[in-house]
Amino acid sequence: MSKRRSDWQTRPQARIRKWFQQGFTALDDEIINQISQQTIQQPEVSQMMEAQREAMDTRRYERSLALERLERHELQAWVRTRGRKAIGRVYVALALAMAVLMIFFLLETVAHMPRFGDPNAPVTNEVTERYITRGVEETGAVNIVAGMILDYRAFDTLGESTVLFIAASAVLILLRIDRRKDGTPVQELIAAESDDRHYEPRADRILQGSVMVLTPIILLFGIYIILNGHLSPGGGFSGGAIISAGLILYLDAFGFDKAGRFFTYKTFAWVSFFSLSFYALAKAYSFYMGANGLPSGIPLGTPGAILSGGLIMPLNIAVGMVVSCTMYIFYALFRKGGL
Amino acid sequence: MQLLYENLEQTVAVILFGIGFTILLLQRNLIRKIIGLNIMDTAIYLFLASMGYISGRKAPIVVDGVTEVSAYINPIPAGLVLTGIVVSVSFTGILLALTVRLYRRYNTLDIDVIALLAKGEDA
Amino acid sequence: MSFVHIILLGMLIVCALAVSLTRHLLTSLIVYMAYSLIMAVIWMLMESPDLAITEAAVGAGITSILFFVTLKKIRAIREEGSHEQAEK
Repeated sequence: MSKRRSDWQTRPQARIRKWFQQGFTALDDEIINQISQQTIQQPEVSQMMEAQREAMDTRRYERSLALERLERHELQAWVRTRGRKAIGRVYVALALAMAVLMIFFLLETVAHMPRFGDPNAPVTNEVTERYITRGVEETGAVNIVAGMILDYRAFDTLGESTVLFIAASAVLILLRIDRRKDGTPVQELIAAESDDRHYEPRADRILQGSVMVLTPIILLFGIYIILNGHLSPGGGFSGGAIISAGLILYLDAFGFDKAGRFFTYKTFAWVSFFSLSFYALAKAYSFYMGANGLPSGIPLGTPGAILSGGLIMPLNIAVGMVVSCTMYIFYALFRKGGL
Repeated sequence: MQLLYENLEQTVAVILFGIGFTILLLQRNLIRKIIGLNIMDTAIYLFLASMGYISGRKAPIVVDGVTEVSAYINPIPAGLVLTGIVVSVSFTGILLALTVRLYRRYNTLDIDVIALLAKGEDA
Repeated sequence: MSFVHIILLGMLIVCALAVSLTRHLLTSLIVYMAYSLIMAVIWMLMESPDLAITEAAVGAGITSILFFVTLKKIRAIREEGSHEQAEK
């Protein structure tokens, strides 16, 4: 008990509290103090006085205990009502100060950076020169960025596709609702909560009509971007995202029953498996053959033609398939908890 | 000040980073916290991409067989940022899934209330 | 540094502040979508069309769709709860 008490009393907030309350509630304590000091000042102490003092001490101790309890209770109440607000204000002020300080220091750094658009900045070094001057003849891709991320730095892109696949798996673990063979969910309460399809109009004719026109165009545009990834801006990621947007639009207009005819868990698993393993095998072959402009037996074609760039177009297709499947399954899991 | 104005892209990127950081610290709503994280992401991408820009040059797509360094901007930051964008989408998906799970359990988006309720469950 | 460039960069900061200051969650999501689109335009001006097309498709498209569907899900759960309370 005493240990706890001393702990409590040495804590800073208790001291601040004491300092606050000195003029108001510590009066009894002072009187007791005076009395005890008077008793101490007397030179000859009789037995009775001794007993009295002991009783006084116990009383004082109990009183201080009660006081401490009251103090703690009051402090808690204060924290619960006004203290939280005060602490919140201090926190807000500190957070703002920290952010402003950070911005200030970073701005100080920015002021010493090379100027924006400077051709002699240290970022533009011999690596850039090599990519630009030899990129087309080594990778066969007119778009130097595509040639860079799918040939020179293809290992990086493999890791990125794997990150996407792992993210889809994590969302699958978090949000999936298991269903029996006849379609009734195993966790019925969660399924009833998360199945939000009955909040929207069923078979909206206007939406369906416009989707009938729009979806093929969106899908075609996505395929175009993927296939032209080595010739023009774009590539597997943006094209895959566009295709998945078209699929999501179709799913929203026609519901899960129709979309489920061409996209199930099996589709997702097989497409991801084949795309990722094709990617890995293709790059393994490329690395085995020297990886950097050495003859690999795959004709690069004439730069600018659609069938050029060696492995870049198939790799773009693989990445696009992984991305579109992943995004679509994200959406389906959020909506319904399954496909 | 003049130096900051000349590097306006990077200045704005730093300020955006600070704003995103402040949102992350001060907002108690989980979805706004995720948006703040995304703003920090895009600030970093803006900073990186502005490092690669060279005034007066074109995008790195070879036209008419011109392969001189002085014709194109730096393609390396673009490649790095391209990777970063896709990774940011994946973690946004995971964070939103976690948010849905938290909401399903505690029926609130306020991070403080969730922490209190979780503490009450432990005790 | 052109005039359009400066305006776009200013709008970026305004959008980022508005995300934090708006009262409704849906508004801040829409503002975030606008933020992504402005970012795509800035990348187009900075001669990085690859980034612009990816940001427009992924950042403004898919990320916003994910945010919206999360919001819809949360509303649906809330409405379900209020229905049950009303029935009781």
